[in-house]
Amino acid sequence: METVTTDSPRNVHIDMGARKPNARPSGEPVFEVADLAVYYGPFRAIRDVSMSIAQHQITALIGPSGCGKTTMLRCFNRMNDLIETARVEGSVRYHGADLYDKRVDPVEVRRRIGMVFQKPNPFPKSIYDNIAFGPKVAGFKGDLDDVVEESLQKAALWDEVRNRLKESAMGLSGGQQQRLCIARCIAVRPDVILMDEPCSALDPIATGRIEDLMQNLKDEFTIVVVTHNMQQAARVSDMTAFFTAEVNEEQDRRTGVLVEYDKTEQMFTNPSDERTENYVTGRFG
Amino acid sequence: MAIAAKGPRTSDVVAQQLRGRSTDVKGIIFQAALLFALLLSLLILLVLIADVARGGLGVFQERGGEFLRGRLTVVSPTTAGVGQGIVGSLLLLIFVVLMAFPVGVAAAIYLEEYASDTRFNRFIDVNIRNLAGVPSIVYGLLGLVIFVQVLAPLTGGKTVMAGGLTLAILVLPIVIITSMEALRAVPDSIREAGFGVGATRWEVIRSHVLPAAAPGILTGTVLSISRAIGETAPLLVVGATTGLLATGGRGFFESFREGYTALPVVVFRWTSLPNEDFRALTSAAIIVLLIMTLSANAIAIILRNRYERKW
Amino acid sequence: MAQAAMSPTGIDLSGNPRRRRKETLIRRVFQAAAVVSVVVSAAIVFSLVGRAGYFLAQVDLATLIAPSDGWFPRRGSFDVMTIFAGTLLVSGIGMLVAAPLGLGAAIYLSEYARPRVRRYLKPILEILAGVPSVVLGFFAITWITPQIVERIVPGAQFFNMAAAGIAVGILITPLVAAVAEDAFRSVPQSLREASYGMGARKRSTTLNVVVPAAVSGVVASLILALSRAIGETMIVAIASGATGGSAFTLDPAAPGQTMTAAMTALAIGSDQVRGTEGTFESLYFIGLLLFLITLALNVISDRFVRRVRQKY
Ligand SMILES: Nc1ncnc2c1ncn2[C@@H]1O[C@H](COP(=O)(O)OP(=O)(O)OP(=O)(O)O)[C@@H](O)[C@H]1O
Ligand SMILES: [Mg+2]
Repeated sequence: METVTTDSPRNVHIDMGARKPNARPSGEPVFEVADLAVYYGPFRAIRDVSMSIAQHQITALIGPSGCGKTTMLRCFNRMNDLIETARVEGSVRYHGADLYDKRVDPVEVRRRIGMVFQKPNPFPKSIYDNIAFGPKVAGFKGDLDDVVEESLQKAALWDEVRNRLKESAMGLSGGQQQRLCIARCIAVRPDVILMDEPCSALDPIATGRIEDLMQNLKDEFTIVVVTHNMQQAARVSDMTAFFTAEVNEEQDRRTGVLVEYDKTEQMFTNPSDERTENYVTGRFG
Repeated sequence: MAIAAKGPRTSDVVAQQLRGRSTDVKGIIFQAALLFALLLSLLILLVLIADVARGGLGVFQERGGEFLRGRLTVVSPTTAGVGQGIVGSLLLLIFVVLMAFPVGVAAAIYLEEYASDTRFNRFIDVNIRNLAGVPSIVYGLLGLVIFVQVLAPLTGGKTVMAGGLTLAILVLPIVIITSMEALRAVPDSIREAGFGVGATRWEVIRSHVLPAAAPGILTGTVLSISRAIGETAPLLVVGATTGLLATGGRGFFESFREGYTALPVVVFRWTSLPNEDFRALTSAAIIVLLIMTLSANAIAIILRNRYERKW
Repeated sequence: MAQAAMSPTGIDLSGNPRRRRKETLIRRVFQAAAVVSVVVSAAIVFSLVGRAGYFLAQVDLATLIAPSDGWFPRRGSFDVMTIFAGTLLVSGIGMLVAAPLGLGAAIYLSEYARPRVRRYLKPILEILAGVPSVVLGFFAITWITPQIVERIVPGAQFFNMAAAGIAVGILITPLVAAVAEDAFRSVPQSLREASYGMGARKRSTTLNVVVPAAVSGVVASLILALSRAIGETMIVAIASGATGGSAFTLDPAAPGQTMTAAMTALAIGSDQVRGTEGTFESLYFIGLLLFLITLALNVISDRFVRRVRQKY
C-alpha cells in the first residue's frame, strides 16, 4: 500500500533512508503498524511509519517536539477519532485485527488499550469514583471495592489514599494524581497502557516512583510510553523508537518520520542512523 | 528632563520625577466619569424601586395578603388583586421548565458534544444565535398562528397551553446558548480521560461533562425563567387578556386549556387605566413582579459566582 | 477482509451491540432537539409571510408610503413611514442614553475595577437587566416624564416618545455593557503592557490601545442593542401611547407610534372597531418587517463579534 499518492512526487524520494527494515522486537507482537500516515486536515503530521510492538515490554517513543509522538500514540487506541480533522492511512493491527476496520468499535478498543495523559486529569470526583467509573461503564458485575483496592495497589497509591477514598481526587498532589490516573486505567483490566509523557508535569521524586511503577506493571501489561526525557527512555524501556520531523517543502510544515527503531541499549550505545546519534547524544533537538 | 546637576541629591531628583506630575487631572476626571456611568445604573435602579415602593407599599399595608389573592378586575380597585396573575404566571412557567429546559439542554449537548463541523450543523448554530435576537412580540405572532390557530384542537385556542408553549419557544435560544457556553467551559482533558478508559460519548457526558457544566446550565435556566416571568408582549398577542383564569372546581390539567392572565399582563392592563387608585395597585403588582424576576436574577448571579471554577 | 473485526487470535473488537445502539439512539434524540430550533425559525417565517402577503394583496400599495395620512389602520391608512419614524426616534434616544452609560460602565469594569470591586459592581447591571420592560414602561410615565422630560421640555405631553426612548435606553444599557466588556477583556494584556512600557498612563492606554483594539466588539454591542431597542415593545406601548394610530411626527415630546406599539395596539384590539379588510393582518406585515430588520442587524453584529474572536 503506497500512502504518498495524495502528495506531489517531490516528497516520495526524500525519505528512503528511514525505511530500512527496522529490527523486530523479540516476543509476540501486540501491534503491527504498516505504512501509517496521519493527517490533520491537509497537513500530514506523520508518514510511512512501520513498526511492531512486543507484548510485556516497554516501548519508548522519543524525538523532538512536534515530530508526531503523541499523534502516533493516539493511533493505537483510536483516540485520533475524537479530533475531527484527523485522518489515518495505512494499517494498525492489534493481535492481528485491523484496528481501523469499519466494524471495530473504538470504545471497545479503548477499553483494551488504556491511556494515561501528559497532564494528570482526574475526574473532579472522589478517588473511589475515579477508579470505579471505567469498570462500571464496561459492565463490570463483581465487587467494585475490590477492583478499586487492587488497582490502587498496583499503582502504588493504596497506602497513601486508603483512608480518603471518598475525598475529591483534585486534592491529591500531582504525582499522586498521575498514579491515580494509572490506577484508573488499570481498573478496566486493559491489555496495553499508552502513556503520553506521564512524568512531564512531575518533580524528580514523583517521576522516579512512576518509573518504578512502570517496571512493575510490565509483567502484566504492554506499555508504550512517549517521553521527552532520553534518560527516562534509557532507564525504563526495552525498545526505543526515534522519530524526527522532516521539512516538507511543499507545505512548509514538518512531517514526522520514524528514523530508527531498535533495542533501547542498541539505540543509546550504537545507533545506526546519524540523526539518532545526534539526538541521543544531545547534539540536536 | 535632564537630571538637575549639583544642588539636590540625585536620588531626591529621581524620586521626584518618579512621582510624576503631581496629579493626572484628566485621568482622574476620566475615571470618575466612567464610575459615574456605572453608578448611574445603580441610581436608576434605586429610583425605580423607590418610585414603585412609594406607590405600592400602601396597598400591602391596607390589604395585605388579600391583594395577593384578589381577582383581576378593571372596575373595582378595592377588590382587584394579583391572584390570577400569579397563578397564571406559575402555570406558564411549568411549560417553560418542562419544554424549554430539556429540549434546550439536549440541543446544546448535540451542538457542543456531538455535532461535527458540517454545513448543516453550522447553520443550526447560526440559526440559534439569530433566534435569540428575534423580538419577543414576533414570537407572539408565531404563537398566535401556530399554537392558537393551527394547533387549536390541541391547545384549545387562547389558553395557558398556547401561552406557555409560546414562552417556552421564546426562551429556548437563551437556554441553548447559555448551556453551550457552560459545556464549552468544561476542559477537554476530562472528556479524554473518560474516553481513555473506554466510555462511550454519552457515558462521558452523563457522568463527567454534565455534572461539571451543571451550575452554568442552571444559571442559564434561572435567567430564562426570569425572562419568561417578565415577558408581556407575546402574551398580549396570544391572548392572555381575553380570558380569565377560572377558579376552583376544575382539575389541574384542564386548567391548561383555559383562558388565563399573567402577572406582567395585569401590570400592563392596570397601567393603561386612568384611575388614580389603579396607579397604586399597579405599583403593588410591580412589587410582586420585581420580587419574582429579580430574585431569579439574584439566584443566577449567586449560582454563577459560587461555582465559577478555575480548571 | 471478511473477518477483520475478529483477529486470528480470536479477539473481537466489535464491542457491545446494545451499548452501540443506545449510543446511536441518544445521539439521534439530541440531534432532534437541535433541529427543533430550525423548525422554530421555519414556523416564524411561515406565520409571518402568508398573512403579510394577504395584507399586501388587500391594500393599495401606494398608501404604504403616505406620511400625510399617518398610521391609522382603522381608517385604512397604513403609512409605514410614520411608524418607522417613531421607531427610529425612540431607539435613537435609547442609544443616546445607553451608549455612553453602557460603554462607560464596560470600560470601568474591564480596565479600572479591581477584581473584588468588579465582583460587586457587575451584578448591578445584571440586576438592572432583569427588570421587565413592562415595569420600565410604568417607570417612564410615572417618573421619567414628570421628573426628566417635563423639566427639559415644559409642556411635554403625558405620553411622549422621549420618555419611552430614555426607558428603552435604560433597558439596553446592560446589554451594551455586557457585550462591550467582553470585548475589552478579550484584548490581550500584552497590548496594555506594551503601552505602559512606553510610559503611557492608564487613560491614554485605555483610549488609544484598548478601545481601538476592541472596536469591533464595541460596534457589535451597539448594533445588538439597537436591534433590541427596535424590537422593544412594552415600554413604547405604555409610554408613547398604544392608542392605535398616530400622525407622522418627529417631536420627541409628543406621543408617537412605533412598529411594536402599533402591533400591540392591533393585537389587543384597543382599536376595537373592525377596520377595512386586512386591518388585523397588517400586524403580520409589520411583524415581518420587524423580523427582517432585527435579523439583518443581528447578522451584522455577529460578524463584528466574530472579528473580535478571530483577532485574539
Ligand atoms: N489536533 C491537531 N490539529 C492539527 N494539527 C495537529 C493537531 N495535533 C497535533 N498537530 C500537529 O501535528 C504535529 C505533531 O504533533 P504531536 O502532538 O503529535 O507532536 P509531539 O511529538 O507529541 O510533540 P510534543 O513533544 O511537543 O508533545 C505538530 O506539527 C502539531 O502541530
Ligand atoms: Mg506530545
